[in-house]
Amino acid sequence: MNHIDWELINWSRAQFALTAMYHWIFVPLTLGITFMIAIMETIYLKTQDEKWKSITKFWMKVFGINFAIGVATGLIMEFEFGTNWSNYSWFVGDIFGAPLAIEGIMAFFMESTFIAVMFFGWDRVSPKFHLLSSWLVAIGSNLSALWILVANGWMQNPTGTSFNPDTMRNEMIDFWAVLFNPVAVNKFLHTVISSYIVSALFVVGISAWYLLKRRDIVLAKRSMLVASVFGLLATIGTFWSGDESARQVAATQPMKLAAMEGLYKGDREAPLIAMGIFGEQENTIHKREKFIVEFKIPKALSYLAFLDSDKFVPGIDDLVHGNPKERVRSFQERIDSGKMAIDALGNYVKAKKYGDLNTIENELKTFRTHEKDFGYGYYFGKNPHTLIPNVKMSFYAFHIMVILGTYFLVLFIILFVKTLRGKLDKSRGLLRLTLWSIPLGYIASQSGWIVAEVGRQPWTIQNLLPNIAAVSQIDAFSVQITFFLFLIIFTTLLIAEIKIMLSAIKKGTEH
Amino acid sequence: MFSFLDYSGLQHYWWILVSLLGALLVFLLFVQGGQSLIYTLASNEKEKTMLLNSTGRKWEITFTTLVTFGGAFFASFPLFYSTSFGGAYWVWMAILFAFILQAVSYEFRSKANNFLGHKTFEVFLFLNGILGSLLLGVAVSTFFTGAEFSVNKTNILDISSSKMPIISAWETPFHGFEALWTTENLAFIQNISLGLAVFFLARVLANLYFQNNIKDKNIYKKSQKSLIYNSVLFLIFFLFWLIRLLFLDGFAVNPSNGKVFMEPNKYLHNFLEMPLVLAVFLVGVVLVLAGIAANMFFNSKKGIWFSGLGTVLTVWMLFLIAGFNNTAFYPSAHDLQSSLTIYNASSSEFTLKTMSYVSLLVPFVVAYIALVWKKMDSKEISSEELKDSENHVY
Ligand code: HDD
Ligand code: HEM
Ligand code: HEM
Repeated sequence: MNHIDWELINWSRAQFALTAMYHWIFVPLTLGITFMIAIMETIYLKTQDEKWKSITKFWMKVFGINFAIGVATGLIMEFEFGTNWSNYSWFVGDIFGAPLAIEGIMAFFMESTFIAVMFFGWDRVSPKFHLLSSWLVAIGSNLSALWILVANGWMQNPTGTSFNPDTMRNEMIDFWAVLFNPVAVNKFLHTVISSYIVSALFVVGISAWYLLKRRDIVLAKRSMLVASVFGLLATIGTFWSGDESARQVAATQPMKLAAMEGLYKGDREAPLIAMGIFGEQENTIHKREKFIVEFKIPKALSYLAFLDSDKFVPGIDDLVHGNPKERVRSFQERIDSGKMAIDALGNYVKAKKYGDLNTIENELKTFRTHEKDFGYGYYFGKNPHTLIPNVKMSFYAFHIMVILGTYFLVLFIILFVKTLRGKLDKSRGLLRLTLWSIPLGYIASQSGWIVAEVGRQPWTIQNLLPNIAAVSQIDAFSVQITFFLFLIIFTTLLIAEIKIMLSAIKKGTEH
Repeated sequence: MFSFLDYSGLQHYWWILVSLLGALLVFLLFVQGGQSLIYTLASNEKEKTMLLNSTGRKWEITFTTLVTFGGAFFASFPLFYSTSFGGAYWVWMAILFAFILQAVSYEFRSKANNFLGHKTFEVFLFLNGILGSLLLGVAVSTFFTGAEFSVNKTNILDISSSKMPIISAWETPFHGFEALWTTENLAFIQNISLGLAVFFLARVLANLYFQNNIKDKNIYKKSQKSLIYNSVLFLIFFLFWLIRLLFLDGFAVNPSNGKVFMEPNKYLHNFLEMPLVLAVFLVGVVLVLAGIAANMFFNSKKGIWFSGLGTVLTVWMLFLIAGFNNTAFYPSAHDLQSSLTIYNASSSEFTLKTMSYVSLLVPFVVAYIALVWKKMDSKEISSEELKDSENHVY
């Protein structure tokens, strides 16, 4: 059994999680606010109403503050694949590097070039060119999201690739299969559309604050109108794409689904747990989490996952120990099969050195039969229960996201109706609630990523590469130092950002 | 469309592209050079603000070029990405930290209530200006002097020994910083010289750029002086590095079996065996000098264009010298046979071909950047302009 430096792995994971979550504080606002800005500027050009121009400029300023730190954290994300997940970078660089490069060429340059026009170009370019630039910034930022999510989608569901035993890594064989990977398409839609909720909540929240303070009324009312429509549409789109996401998870990552639902014993007509609270962990080797309170909706999980309330949804126990009746293979079976793939590959390499054609062919055949379980081989001789992700985190994160999503739907409907009727100023309670909903958007969004990323542990690439074989060979101590450096620097910068943002908001458009 | 290129052709094509991105990056480091000059060229806050607004309109292009350079390297030569970034951990981390500071400082510096105070953000920009160019120069120099790593691809199959199943390993505990003191072949002198050469070049370019971009007598006068001493220092370090390079033993690859061996005067041979590369390189050097001379002696303000183009050509050709003509572009001083070449470090043929289609977008990207740059620079930056609150000021 090989020596595994768990400390290195856990600190590397912690550092990646830290930096990703920081990056994700800034990205959702950018994705949506750029579109709202472009819409506002379009209205300005149509109406030639100077007030719309100052509204546009106000949100642009807010965006600029947010953007700077989004870019700083993004740079780290990109290079961390090399610095902290170097084995991963080599193992799948062929596939994963490609979308990242395309993102740079297609999206980042578009965004950063036209941002300069957006900010400094008001009296250097024509109004039409300026408007075009604002739209290109919005499109560019959303294109960034596309390519990185294609990359992430591929990690959740690796398609269009094949392992090359001569170079010892995965290689792309079908670009379109990578791009149109159903998980990737869905991930893009859900992530981007849900980000529009975050930015809409931000805009309605700030507008509510102005209304509460009875200042910048025009800015507030007009922004409220644009953002509540935008947010309402986004919430509907989020429900639709989130539902689809769950089905993708059921199809490609059954363990993640089981963890999201805290489902240990699988069933046909499996119930959906609308909400539950865990008590103490069962103290056996299974380490089961037990609910002390749960609200169930009968048959709903089977229906949601497979659109058929009679379908079998495997639970954690079924996945670990196997369920022959429902044709679920146990982890031990897959571990043994993965070990065979790894051994066959080793024999293949040796045989190639000696030019032993017969063995080469046989070992290759064995390898191909077991290739799909390759990553499980790294767990040979280990307890298969280590392959279970953190159930509590997955469950709570998932349910928080869904419950908040439902709340946002109601909130946007009320805001939209009240804005149309012109009765918003009087509902001070509602305005206060709207202001305090800003952080909820961020919480829902971060929770979504926790579901997606924690739920797929320990796989960096589903079934192919576990995190223990994905890291870089450095000492855990180095990673610890950089972890704390990132923590200190990003937190300091975040505080600076929030202070600057608050000052800009307090200043408003009426000096 | 790319079917006329075989695997080796694609590997060469991608090395050309990655090298070009690297060369553009070195040119765009004039932003860093400018940041390192804020205390030298400005006599008061207003002038400092002018300088920072001038580089501030370009920093994102430099930054995005760095990002794209990273992404393109990842996609085309993933083994380099994993070996170098994962191994020379501390050097790359230092570079990254320097760039984080830059990205926020422009935006935050002159904003109200910015927590750290505007002086702090200026220091951040200054630090990025120095470290960004210096460390990148040192890192690139190891393409010629070698680094301390080993690669063994079958490690991933090793699930029964006491090692982790990881293919690349760095062989010093300093994770890259040893480039600054490795005495073997006096590598440290070579590495530090290139670091300093890049640093002073960035400052030369910054002076030329400011003279073109800012309308202000004081700044112009000071930048003329700065141009002189930075040019001299640049030439000293660059020529020293270059001449030594020509006499160094280089990391050559035997094309028939892929084995790496040391060849005396390898890089000199590469120049002589690739006369086109040599010719373009010389044109580049002449253009850099011509740009400097134009501003220094002929009162021109257009020197940046010559020196800029010259920088791109020179650096581009240096990268080609590092990777073409059977040379290991990222040599291992620890284990010769672990050295990376454009053959053993590249992506698959399919990926390279796919990415080649994507690379057709590059001319469009360059075209719109040029268009926007031209429109935005049609007016020089002046102190009147900064008074106008209509404009977003850094
Ligand atoms: C405002 C944010 C927000 C809201 C209200 C929702 N989501 Fe979400 N969700 C995200 C923000 C998000 C996200 C941050 O964008 C994630 C993380 C990764 C991803 O693909 O999207 C995500 C992931 C994610 C996943 C995991 C996908 C995967 O692992 O690949 C599922 C199954 C859902 N969502 C389902 C839902 C459902 C059924 C919702 C019902 C209302 C919902 N989400 C609301
Ligand atoms: C590990 C994954 C990620 C990497 C490697 C990454 C990389 C980067 C980089 C390098 C930048 C700076 C670009 C520049 O120079 O202009 C950036 C910014 C950005 N990224 Fe990410 N990113 C990741 C995750 C995401 C995700 C999941 C999304 C969206 C769904 C996203 C959307 C953006 C956007 C919109 C920006 C613009 C800056 C901003 O306003 O925040 N990124 N990212
Ligand atoms: C920007 C939004 C994202 C957030 C908030 C996020 C969050 C996380 C978290 C919390 C972890 C740690 C999970 C754990 O160790 O338990 C993680 C790991 C990881 N994520 Fe993400 N993630 C994001 C986007 C992405 C994207 C877009 C990619 C790839 C394209 C990605 C690739 C990875 C990798 C490689 C790891 C480390 C390996 C591993 O632990 O399996 N992440 N992320």
